Amino acid sequence: MEERVFQATWTYINSHWSLILNWTLQHLQMVAIATAIATLLGVGIGIYIAGEGRENLANVVVNMAEIMLTIPSLALYTMMIPLLGSIPGVQSIGMVPAIIALILYAQMPIVENTYTAIKEVSPAIIEAGRGMGMSPREILLKVKLPLAFPVIMAGVRSAVVMSVGIAALAVFVGGGGFGIPIFRGIRNLRVDLIMTGAIFSSILAVALDLIFGVVERRLSWRSRGGGE
Amino acid sequence: MTGKRIMSFVLITLMVGFTLYFTFYGAQGWYSPASGRDMLLRTWEHIKLVGIAELLAIGVGISGGLLITRPGLEFLATPVTTIANVGLAIPPLALVAGVSPFFGIGPRPGIIALFIYSLLPVLRNATVGIEDIDKSVIESARGMGMSKLQIFTKIELPLALPVIVAGIRTSTILCVGTAAIAALINAGGLGQIIMRGQSVNFVPLMLQGALLTAALAVTLDLFLSEMEHVLTPRGLKLNKETE
Repeated sequence: MEERVFQATWTYINSHWSLILNWTLQHLQMVAIATAIATLLGVGIGIYIAGEGRENLANVVVNMAEIMLTIPSLALYTMMIPLLGSIPGVQSIGMVPAIIALILYAQMPIVENTYTAIKEVSPAIIEAGRGMGMSPREILLKVKLPLAFPVIMAGVRSAVVMSVGIAALAVFVGGGGFGIPIFRGIRNLRVDLIMTGAIFSSILAVALDLIFGVVERRLSWRSRGGGE
Repeated sequence: MTGKRIMSFVLITLMVGFTLYFTFYGAQGWYSPASGRDMLLRTWEHIKLVGIAELLAIGVGISGGLLITRPGLEFLATPVTTIANVGLAIPPLALVAGVSPFFGIGPRPGIIALFIYSLLPVLRNATVGIEDIDKSVIESARGMGMSKLQIFTKIELPLALPVIVAGIRTSTILCVGTAAIAALINAGGLGQIIMRGQSVNFVPLMLQGALLTAALAVTLDLFLSEMEHVLTPRGLKLNKETE
């Protein structure tokens, strides 16, 4: 039984490389667009709510982010369809809702990490910056952000990995990616299709996780003043 | 903490309210939403799926984590946490779909997929929780003349408990979401309602499933974060507050 499954999968993979490449690109495209926008938004929101006198707002936003993260992705996708459908001029089926749902989901860990990282910069360092005559803007750009960078990257990493998993569900709203072979396989009882989708989406997720892990380690090593 | 509690309550009330509204007033022309009885049945199925998989995962995960942190087996700790972290990167849909060629369809393969997925956070946190305990604390316990068993039950376990419960929380949330996806391999649960709604393209039906799944996840999260708070030893709480 198992042998037959693997054999069928191997035959399918060998004869459909271009299709697999296509799915990979679709999947990567969704993840890349979504995490790029989510990173910009998330870091922006994180910096804004970490500002002076915005503690109440920060509490609300961080709590909201935590609650949003617990909502299952399939449920979120399903809620997206009528929500987007009710806005005139926005298509509710296809890549657009898939990417919007991804952005909503992916910015949560980034907002959380940006906020906590900026808040955790030691007050002594900020004082030192102020003593050197830095403006609040300079303190943000030259002191807080560089120090917070590794933690923000950790947030981006978990956002990317989550997005790969969630983008596989995009097929339910008519998006592309590796959800297509999995879904088609289940609908048509094609074991080879199911396994191809499962294997390649897993490889993609694990590979991105490893790559971002290396980047993260490099960054934290540098900000600790390593190499001297 | 209270802020999150209030927001969760509001969200849960809204989601359950809308689900009830769709159940009773959602009919449109030929289309009718899932009946109240159907919803109750699917919710119960969902809870059963999550419950069985989660209980198995907690049992195996915690005992596994405690086992590999014993002296002599410590070399296993790092590889196990690495494998658990890598395994968590795998998309839930891929896991659910990947189980079906080997175990078929129905609730049983669904539970197998859920078990594998929810085992990883529990195992990881149990291992990390015990590994991260300050070695000097254990040394001083030994210096006080505690036996190995006493160190285990009175020092290691209470100190690691909050981390373990945090792992259980992560794994339960993941499990609720994955159980909805497991409807693809006919495991039952609220995902079945979502899929049915999607296949006939009827929005109230989809929302009935989606909102209740989300409500279930938020409720469990709330409950387990309370547990986490309660189970944190008093000394650790004081530490957190003074920081």
